[in-house]
Amino acid sequence: MEVAKHWRETPERYRLEAGKCSKCGKISFPGRLICPECGYREFVIHKLSGKGKLDTFTIIRTAPSGFEDLAPYAVGIVELEDGIKILGQITDCDPETLKTGDKLVAKFRRINEDGKTGMIYYAYKFVPDVGI
Amino acid sequence: MVGIVGYGTQIPRYRIKVEEIAKVWGADAPSYKKGLNLNEKSVPCPDEDTATLAVNAARNAMIRAGINPKDIGAVYVGSESHPYAVKPTGTIVSEALGACPYVHTADLEFACKAGSEGMFIALHLVKSGIVKYALGIGADTSQGAPGDALEYSASAGAAAYVMGADNLVAELIDTHCFMTDTPDFWRREHANYPEHGGRFTGEPAYMKHVSGAVRAILEKTNIRPEDFNYMIFHQPNGKFPVQMALKLGFKEPQFRHGLLTPTLGNTYSGSSPLGLAATLDVAKPGEQILMVSYGSGAGSDAFIFKATKRLDEVRNLVPLVRKQLDEHKIYLEYGQYAKFRHKILKPE
Ligand SMILES: [Zn+2]
Repeated sequence: MEVAKHWRETPERYRLEAGKCSKCGKISFPGRLICPECGYREFVIHKLSGKGKLDTFTIIRTAPSGFEDLAPYAVGIVELEDGIKILGQITDCDPETLKTGDKLVAKFRRINEDGKTGMIYYAYKFVPDVGI
Repeated sequence: MVGIVGYGTQIPRYRIKVEEIAKVWGADAPSYKKGLNLNEKSVPCPDEDTATLAVNAARNAMIRAGINPKDIGAVYVGSESHPYAVKPTGTIVSEALGACPYVHTADLEFACKAGSEGMFIALHLVKSGIVKYALGIGADTSQGAPGDALEYSASAGAAAYVMGADNLVAELIDTHCFMTDTPDFWRREHANYPEHGGRFTGEPAYMKHVSGAVRAILEKTNIRPEDFNYMIFHQPNGKFPVQMALKLGFKEPQFRHGLLTPTLGNTYSGSSPLGLAATLDVAKPGEQILMVSYGSGAGSDAFIFKATKRLDEVRNLVPLVRKQLDEHKIYLEYGQYAKFRHKILKPE
């Protein structure tokens, strides 16, 4: 991962900030320059709730570099209460027990790091919404 | 009047039992369990660290506080396991909360006392009128060397406190410290695990500083041990705080709710702040709470808080400590634990 790219995406990665079209109200995550619904170019910040349900997922058993310690883990598309769908890693669970429709909630987690001396990348991940 | 406006905690979902660690080292589990009053400890997931625990705890604290993050004027994270040696945890937390850019931060380190020192600074910055709200957070993902007595207790967790001057859930009555230069425990730069002075960690370190802070604050405020509804001492194990409390004239019903070590372990900077959170989870308006931290090196901070009516209104907005501690636990075997804590050497 690249330090500058990660840094630019801080509002999305750290705070789940989406863009809401000032004309038609369509929410885009990540934010866009032009509304895909109506073509308008003005947006207000909309903070996503982070709560939703699992729409679909896959289990990663052969993890890419930097993710080995978590394998096997699930990556899924989560339909948020805000009505939009976002992609995220699912942690704090046995992925074999996951099923579509499960309630999930976003937590702040470590995503990856550039080796032992490089930058640590943080962002949202999803965990089962069990009230803890 | 200043005090706590919101509080929140995060405890990892993973646990390891004392028996599972003792089995590997050929140690006698029953004697460790009895000697340390400890049954199991929390273990962070590989994607959890001091920054993530601090953020997730602080988010819960912000929900209970119900304030605009832009009104936070200072954020202090105390830990002995900050993810970076140079680069603040406080910037990550502030950014994740949406408090940037008009916010003071610098990381604190004082073994297990760094969290309470952050609470002290936050409370007094508010009291001075310089900032409207300030956060004090204690968070750690501490490690004990494999086979060392500390391996049975060193655990992970965080508690965050939003301090302010209005809408309090607990009013600050007073604070007092007791600090000397005492080499009972340390970790040098680049060392993976701490070293400690063995028996030296008891009487001249923990006992002296905790009792020193307790006696000083009781004398200053003219409050007696029996006047407190609850009390929390730092919990390096489940034995020290109980011995110390009984010796100073406190009774079991006063420390029962805040004593988390038997199933949590020692969360270092998070320890007494988590005990305070568990106590706020049950305290009724008007009840008085004494919290005393301890950090090796060495020092103790004592705080007296009085619960207000607002505590009942915000308590159930986020998970209670006992829920995070007792429910949905995932137990690890030692091999998984060693992988989670990066105790296994892998090729570069
Ligand atoms: Zn639009």
